[in-house]
Amino acid sequence: MNALLRHLVVLPIIVPLLAGTLMFFLAEARRRARVALALISVLTQLAVGIALLYLTSDAAPYIWPEGVGVYPIGGWPAPFGIALVVDRLTAVMVTLSATVALSALVYSISRWDRPGQPFHSLFQFLVMGLNGAFLTGDLFNLFVFFEVLLAASYGLMLRGGGTERLRLGLHYVAVNLTGSILFLVGVALIYGMAGTLNMADLAGRAAALAPPERALFDAGAAILGVAFLIKAGSWPLNFWLPGTYSIAIAPVAAAFAMMTKVGLYAVLRLGTLMSEYETLGAALFYIGLATLATATVGLLGAKHLARLVSYSVLVSTGILLAALGLRIEALTAPILFYLIVSALTTCTFFMLTGMTDRTRQTNPPVSPDDDVGITPAYVAYGIKKPSVYAADVDAGVAIPAVMAFLGMAFVCCVMLVVGLPPLPGFLAKFALLATALGVAGSSPTPIAVWLLCAAVLVSGLAGLIALSRVGMRLFWSIATRTTPRLRLLEAAPVAALVLLAATLTVLAGPVNRYLGSAASSLHQPDAYVRAVLSLETRRERPEAKKP
Amino acid sequence: MEIVYALGIGILAASGVWLLLRPRTFQVLMGLLLLSYATNLFIFGMGRLAQHAPPILDAAVAAGESVDPSKYADPVPQALVLTAIVIGFATTALFLVVLLALRGQTGTDHVDGREPDA
Repeated sequence: MNALLRHLVVLPIIVPLLAGTLMFFLAEARRRARVALALISVLTQLAVGIALLYLTSDAAPYIWPEGVGVYPIGGWPAPFGIALVVDRLTAVMVTLSATVALSALVYSISRWDRPGQPFHSLFQFLVMGLNGAFLTGDLFNLFVFFEVLLAASYGLMLRGGGTERLRLGLHYVAVNLTGSILFLVGVALIYGMAGTLNMADLAGRAAALAPPERALFDAGAAILGVAFLIKAGSWPLNFWLPGTYSIAIAPVAAAFAMMTKVGLYAVLRLGTLMSEYETLGAALFYIGLATLATATVGLLGAKHLARLVSYSVLVSTGILLAALGLRIEALTAPILFYLIVSALTTCTFFMLTGMTDRTRQTNPPVSPDDDVGITPAYVAYGIKKPSVYAADVDAGVAIPAVMAFLGMAFVCCVMLVVGLPPLPGFLAKFALLATALGVAGSSPTPIAVWLLCAAVLVSGLAGLIALSRVGMRLFWSIATRTTPRLRLLEAAPVAALVLLAATLTVLAGPVNRYLGSAASSLHQPDAYVRAVLSLETRRERPEAKKP
Repeated sequence: MEIVYALGIGILAASGVWLLLRPRTFQVLMGLLLLSYATNLFIFGMGRLAQHAPPILDAAVAAGESVDPSKYADPVPQALVLTAIVIGFATTALFLVVLLALRGQTGTDHVDGREPDA
């Protein structure tokens, strides 16, 4: 049984890979089979994520005693082969990405996934890339999974066609290709100096480097950091983000909510593992503050809801980076909690924008239908150009009291983004600020803590102002409003995520305890390093007995 | 050999960056290509340059004789370069598709989809 449970680690990568590939063999007409396959795959990942959460916790010490599970692919010992590593942070992230993926998938079934041939496969590959990036213990493998995730995201982002989408898609692809090149340069420099790409092995070898090599190693780490910051959307590398996220169709944007978190995860993981935390931290704080400041200005200037939500993604990135930059170990648990809450929030909000857009059909800011051209792919495959804004088809179960539902969902989302009680947005920000202020007295830079607090509060206020303005326009100006027909399938994921958020408030105690243990194991990477590298010795022992 | 190699990478990367910052989509594409060539060479160089050094240990090791590892090339960067080339090729092809689609829709090859004067 325990031997079988060890294989759980590889499932979040294998399952979406298989599901996504199998879908290529299903004809376009077999939509039900494809949807069933996609749902089974995502539900499996969610189950595996929850199982990993349990198995890495202290409650189940019989498989991975120190909460770190290592899965050597192909049985090669750790520094030579590629290892998948699961610890508490990874388990949290895998569960979070499965949750986001499940809601975005259910939402997309209602109207967005036609024609479904590329959509569902790409969606599975996106999730596979996310899970792989969280699970891998190898730097180059991290690059490969980043590319898997980005390649899928290019296809998903361009969905729906239209000139505006193509233009922003071109920028998105160009920026991320440049980011990938920087990633490779960083990885190559690190390999050239340290002679290994295994993250656990790097932790030891980086410290032992001689000064001239150490300088080049640091340069490599910094270039790698820039690549991660592009993905995370930090200033000044984030001008592509609001346009890209707001033009992508709603379920895709909702799934993208996890993508910025991958960059943050990588910064957190490598930062704590390679003890680069000290040198890079100070810069991170100011980068984070600058991100927060520009995003706040963007929030106030944005007119369309999807664009506003994109800026709120940047706000959360800014808060997280600035808080990481303070280099206070006690802050890591609140940072993780805020990360979870903000991922769920933006996912919910993006799904909501897909519905509120239809209340103003007379004046959608950028309707995908406004162009007369035909994208080459549709011509090549002989598919009629699909229209997500076409008249509501009378299929599926509609929900009653549409405007009341939309209004309630909007209010909940605003409370989550801005951080008002009783939803966990408040708890997350409160925990962050309270912890930061608690250690401000003993901190070497109390002024930085105060700066962070002021910035978080001001950005919250700006968010409230901007969102109320958009809300008034959306719900109270009756003149140009039409009431759309909402299906149960698109309303349910939004309601479910809001309920999940409410549950997070109730269960904030246990969740924070778990995140606290995740944070403390992050700051004592010895267990991680030992678990990964001990595979080598475990393998050598039987050989030593032979002669 | 090192200085020629380094100069080659430098010229490729510099041309790549310059082209990347140009306003025409095809120039951006060529810039990305040159940059990825420079990166691939750089990864290869990080395994240290060596002539006539095989990346695989030969029969001497199998026979149990002691070998001098400095006589062998590092195989890892070669494997990394191969992966990077494949991934770069695929993503560049995708960029090309977007480029052509945008050209077809807007009738211009400016990266913003319209001429700056228009």
